[in-house]
Amino acid sequence: MTAPHAPEARDEEGRAAAWRARSVTRTHRSRAGFTLAIAALTFLAVAVSAQHIGDFAVAQGFSSLAATAPGLLTVIAAALVLIMAGHAFAKSLAAGRSADQYAARALGAEASMGSWKAMSWSAALLILTAAGWFMVVNDAAVSRTFFDLVVIRDSALKVLRAFGTNVMIFAIFAVLILIWSLLVAIARTLPGEAGRPLRFLAVVYGDLFRGLPAIITIYLIGFGLPLTDLPFLSDLSSTSYAIIALTLTYGAYTSEVYRSGIEGVHHSQVAAARSLGLSHARTMRFVVVPLAIRNIIPSLMNNCISLQKDTALVAIIGTIDAFNQSKIIAANNFNLSAVTTVAILFIAITIPQARLVDRLSDRDRRRMRAGG
Amino acid sequence: MALLEIDHVTKHYGTREVISDLSQDVSEHEVICLIGPSGCGKFTLLRCINRLEEISTGEIRIHGDRITGPGVDLDRLRRHIGIVFQGYNLFPHMTVLENTLLAPIQVLGMNRNEAKDKAMVFLERIGLAHKADAYPDRLSGGQQQRVAIVRALMMDPMLLLLDEITSALDPELVSEVLDIVRDLAARGMTMILATHEMGFAR
Repeated sequence: MTAPHAPEARDEEGRAAAWRARSVTRTHRSRAGFTLAIAALTFLAVAVSAQHIGDFAVAQGFSSLAATAPGLLTVIAAALVLIMAGHAFAKSLAAGRSADQYAARALGAEASMGSWKAMSWSAALLILTAAGWFMVVNDAAVSRTFFDLVVIRDSALKVLRAFGTNVMIFAIFAVLILIWSLLVAIARTLPGEAGRPLRFLAVVYGDLFRGLPAIITIYLIGFGLPLTDLPFLSDLSSTSYAIIALTLTYGAYTSEVYRSGIEGVHHSQVAAARSLGLSHARTMRFVVVPLAIRNIIPSLMNNCISLQKDTALVAIIGTIDAFNQSKIIAANNFNLSAVTTVAILFIAITIPQARLVDRLSDRDRRRMRAGG
Repeated sequence: MALLEIDHVTKHYGTREVISDLSQDVSEHEVICLIGPSGCGKFTLLRCINRLEEISTGEIRIHGDRITGPGVDLDRLRRHIGIVFQGYNLFPHMTVLENTLLAPIQVLGMNRNEAKDKAMVFLERIGLAHKADAYPDRLSGGQQQRVAIVRALMMDPMLLLLDEITSALDPELVSEVLDIVRDLAARGMTMILATHEMGFAR
């Protein structure tokens, strides 16, 4: 390194001075002020709405606690947001006054972060308030139609019992699908010339049933098979037809998931197994399929979630599942609240599974990163 | 008669010739080294010997019996020819012990306890008995490679093919694998080693 020449040194000093001049403290005052205004407006809107909606609910015959508690909670939340915004604004002012540049910077950053937080909370509260209004406008038409508590209470037991049918269909069909689609996937990956006919059939099956809308498959099988007068196949229960139809439809999708897993197993694993003298079948059984399943568990679970929702499709062939039951109740009461119950039931059993899938995928990702 | 005869073998992928007119005999208890830069066809030759790959012309015989061409029972052939890969290729979903037991039990129909005893003797010999219940990803590269050798030895192969078995290893791990190979040679194992490291060949 050569010693710096005089002009270069002057240059460097100039650049340093320019850098320091640019590095002014940002107090974010306008953002904090704007947020404070928004938070104040939100508080007003929420308070007025809570008052109004609460009064309306009491007039509709709700107990005053049930009517005011949610409103009160929202108002408290809005108040907290207002305090948060106030804090942010105060920090921004303090940042402007502070003589210490670094302390001012820290305060400014806190003011900025606090403003953003208050802003996003305000937005969320406003959306909730809008939803509240949506429920009560037009003389509470929305809440009456979808959330009539009396109808929900009186029909819950019937709907729940019918939901048992959905759960049963799902349980049987989940097991069937796991086996059936594995068989299809194995046929699809058969090696060589000898495997071609079965491979071809598996491809045709996959194309056919992925192309057919599930609702049509269920309709055709549920109403078609009984008309054929075939022994055994023509006098099954509608639940069985539903299970057959759903298995055929979802088998096509799930076998693709399996296939991607099987093809994702590295060929060196197959080479290792084959060179130990394991036959193709044994290689599949002990090495390829176990490895494939490990890789596709999250996608299989996702498939499971979507197929359990589609058990509601069986309603079209007259199976008394939760959806059909609730439609009957809805028709009798001229009110859709019983269907809401079904919706809630489906959501309630799906959420835990969705979280489980998330956790499994997370675990997988961590394991991969650990160099597994 | 030689254990393995490679007779005027050529192998090409499309127009690219990888092995051209190679002839070589390997006698029992002999250790042969294939030396050459990466990609010169050493691995291809090894893969041709246990028929993971088909040769283009020529023939390969074991004890005078031709093993190339149609109709050869490949699973039976591979049962007797062990191969150890550059990348270890242990089964990641099985413990070390299960890795070594799979083929003896499934292919040779060996009794599980008997196979286990045998595997533990081997694992003891390579100093990894304490890792028997560990999964491969908990092992270092050198340890994995030693397990891979045991997995091949469990089948009592009459010929062991070693493909660049040290080239994926850190230099300080090479010797632990090398010691085993030396030990095997001393015990009279017939081996074909592919390597691009002259030091290893010596």
